[in-house]
Amino acid sequence: MKSAVIVFPGSNCDRDIAVALEQASGKKPHMAFHKDTDLPDVDVIAVPGGFSYGDYLRCGAMAAHSPIMKVVKERAAKGVRVVGICNGFQIITEAGLLPGALIRNKSLKYVCRTVGLRVETNDSDFTRKYAKGQVIGIPVGHGEGNYVADDETLKRLEGEGLVAFRYAALPGQSADQANPNGATNDIAGIFNAQRNVLGMMPHPERAFDPLHGNTDGRAFFDSLVETLS
Amino acid sequence: MSAHKEPVVNEALAAEHGIKADEYKRLLEIVGRQPTFTELGIYSVMWSEHCSYKSSRVWLKKFPTTAPWVICGPGENAGVIDIGDGQAAIFKMESHNHPSYIEPFQGAATGVGGILRDVFTMGARPIANLNALRFGEPDHPKTRQLVAGVVSGIGHYGNCVGVPTVGGETNFHKAYNGNCLVNAMTVGIADQDKIFYSKAAGVGNPVVYVGSKTGRDGIHGATMSSAEFTEDSEAKRPTVQVGDPFTEKLLIEACLELMNTDAIQSIQDMGAAGLTSSSVEMAGKGGLGIELHLEKVPQRETGMTPYEIMLSESQERMLMILKPGSEDVARAIFEKWELDFAVIGHLTDTGRFVLKMNGDTYCDLELAPLFDAAPLYHRPWEETPAQPPLDLDEDELWPEDLSLGDILTKLVACPDLASKRWIWQQYDSQVGADTRFLSGQADAAVVRVHGTNKALAMSSDVTPRYCFADPVQGGRQAVAESYRNVSAVGALPLAITDNMNFGNPEKPRIMGQFAGCVEGMAEACRVLDYPVVSGNVSLYNETNGVGILPTPTVGGVGLLADGHKAVGLGFKNDGDVILLVGETEGHLGQSLYLREILGLEEGPAPAVDLETEKRHGTFVRDAIQAGLITASHDVSDGGLQVALAEMAMAGNKGADLSGLDGWHVAELFGEDQGRYVLTVKPADLDAVEAQAAEAGVTLTRIGTVGGDALTGASGAIISVADLIAANEAWLPNYMNGKVG
Repeated sequence: MKSAVIVFPGSNCDRDIAVALEQASGKKPHMAFHKDTDLPDVDVIAVPGGFSYGDYLRCGAMAAHSPIMKVVKERAAKGVRVVGICNGFQIITEAGLLPGALIRNKSLKYVCRTVGLRVETNDSDFTRKYAKGQVIGIPVGHGEGNYVADDETLKRLEGEGLVAFRYAALPGQSADQANPNGATNDIAGIFNAQRNVLGMMPHPERAFDPLHGNTDGRAFFDSLVETLS
Repeated sequence: MSAHKEPVVNEALAAEHGIKADEYKRLLEIVGRQPTFTELGIYSVMWSEHCSYKSSRVWLKKFPTTAPWVICGPGENAGVIDIGDGQAAIFKMESHNHPSYIEPFQGAATGVGGILRDVFTMGARPIANLNALRFGEPDHPKTRQLVAGVVSGIGHYGNCVGVPTVGGETNFHKAYNGNCLVNAMTVGIADQDKIFYSKAAGVGNPVVYVGSKTGRDGIHGATMSSAEFTEDSEAKRPTVQVGDPFTEKLLIEACLELMNTDAIQSIQDMGAAGLTSSSVEMAGKGGLGIELHLEKVPQRETGMTPYEIMLSESQERMLMILKPGSEDVARAIFEKWELDFAVIGHLTDTGRFVLKMNGDTYCDLELAPLFDAAPLYHRPWEETPAQPPLDLDEDELWPEDLSLGDILTKLVACPDLASKRWIWQQYDSQVGADTRFLSGQADAAVVRVHGTNKALAMSSDVTPRYCFADPVQGGRQAVAESYRNVSAVGALPLAITDNMNFGNPEKPRIMGQFAGCVEGMAEACRVLDYPVVSGNVSLYNETNGVGILPTPTVGGVGLLADGHKAVGLGFKNDGDVILLVGETEGHLGQSLYLREILGLEEGPAPAVDLETEKRHGTFVRDAIQAGLITASHDVSDGGLQVALAEMAMAGNKGADLSGLDGWHVAELFGEDQGRYVLTVKPADLDAVEAQAAEAGVTLTRIGTVGGDALTGASGAIISVADLIAANEAWLPNYMNGKVG
């Protein structure tokens, strides 16, 4: 599996996702800079978390208009897998690769903790190594992760099975502690209609290594490797 | 002398700059003429307490600062220690107390930004931030707003720059009502052959300014931080700087990229007193002169005067001396990251500090005295009187209407011990994907050294109420507790950074607290082989004549050869045997039990036996390294019973504590030092007991992990769920205005 990681000014999870991709695939990802106008031939493109352009104006808004995103959109249209995590989810949503928007957390506060995620479908290149309905623990860290969309879009996402992950209570947690940001329908991650683009707020690269004390994110990368190798 | 007309300097104007009459006389003697306005401004910041350490320098010399593993001790931007494999850990703690009280969000944010720069200036990639916060009593009208602002400022900055905030401490006491403390610590990693220092060299070499543009913010911040507060301190808000973490993130990447080339001769961040202190210190260390052309300084505002440019504390700026011919390489990297880059002057062999703007000279001073002839005070001090011993009968000690469970509930819910989840969940603690433990999960935060199996353990510690009661014991205890916390995760304690927060040093009583704490800390550092490699002093933490508790915060760093071996504090397996390391006499003086249950802040501070600390710490580390320990926690605030409750809450598991049957209240809640609670699997018990016997360490079996409550011989004391509920409720309720 050949991969690329996009680096914007202010990205700060670029190294973390690159480490996970390399460990899972055995190949060093290509690191692309925001000003680049081309990408090598890759199977998956990761748009990482962080504070691209300081999150000034609106999270992801400026990054969505950077030269490299034109290339990412072209590749996505050709079926290349694209995953946007956290700020990356905000960027690819701003870029129009996914519907809806991510607004300020309901608490109005940044939140960093491990949340429960229910894997809504394992019928995707990103989730095939999970069991459908499995609840995994994955860290989040964001101030604007509250997913919203108009009713029609929500109906389509739900109806076509395009919700990838939903916040769910971890063992010992009460149901009202599950959703960290107030996202509509507890949505934590969604696919595009073709299921080659995934946006998600939680960070699987932070639950990857035994040192993290939790390796629930490992199967995410293994799914991609199994599909694309 | 110059085109821009400056005010005439006299003694009154000097006094407005915080320069006292005798200091002004000294200044006139050194300069040999009336200084210009710009020169006066420069002298005032260089001679401020904040920059010159004029009250504390004679005392700081008492700290041990060397060890075979110390690469660079105090005097540089941060301390540097050897962590093997050609790598170094670079770290420092610094206060941003005065600005945070005046403008909590920006004050705390720029505190984080400043300490990050101190570390990456030296070539290190920052890998962890910690924060030690002290606020006034919860029902003081300003406290809630300060907590909210400071926490949000720290999160705003740290989260955006992508450095995990992994630890710290938060306490409340009325002594901080008028002066909160915000002590920020950064730890970074560098290759030993890529460490950068601030000593300028090479006559003619270009002086380069990079980062943000200079504006009028923060002018005289260093002077503001060197004076007491009065009612009108709010008016000082314009002296607080404004931070931009996005620019800092770009600055980190650009500097580290440039450091990978061979372009930089020396580098320093522009912190307190901005361009003045950075240029004077760099040239001063190199014994050279420097000439700057201020019209070349990138400016955010028009019409700035030389005085304003030199005294601005605009954030996210660095000064560097480049090797000849390196300008183009450097410029290209800063342009890539869209940061300002300007050659603003050069080094000279004249030994003079020369500032020109548009051809006119505004400052022409001999540089060496600016750098090394600041006033030095041997301030009078008096010893803190000893506290009388406690005089309480056994029946006065335990309020009749409270059960043991009630007392524990009250203690774990008191502001100092209550869960700080509300705070740390607002910090990104995971970015970097190398975090093993946050503080709260283990006694020290543990972060892996990226790309290796090694990990650093980090902790910040001090018990101000002990320091107030007995500065020498309190100083010892701060270092000993740091040593204990680092040892408790299995790491070898290597070195500390200190952040000395005190009141007005012109008062002999306060200077006596400073002297006593230094004495105790220095002794502990010596015995524990735990030298001071960097630090910061913050004095004048007083409002209307009332000072804070003496608060010498200790930031400790230790090394684990294998980060996977680190041990947390939560109970882990049902059936594990719970062991107490150390002797318990039942010292209740200055304990949290006394304060929270009986409302008394009395008695002597607990004594610290440093040889015992060393022996116990070594035993704990060895047992962890041998893989025999499943959980480990030091016994500190609240004593043994609270330590056990914390282990139960962290592991969400109960324990049978019938081994404590018949223990007196003083033994359960006393704060005797040098103790740890460990858990071991039954199969490993013999091995651990044999190791303890060999090491001469007292080990007491006090119970067994299991169940969902803490139970004694006569049944349940309290359920773990109830403990957690009480522990978690206080801070969010307080911040929502429901209590306090």
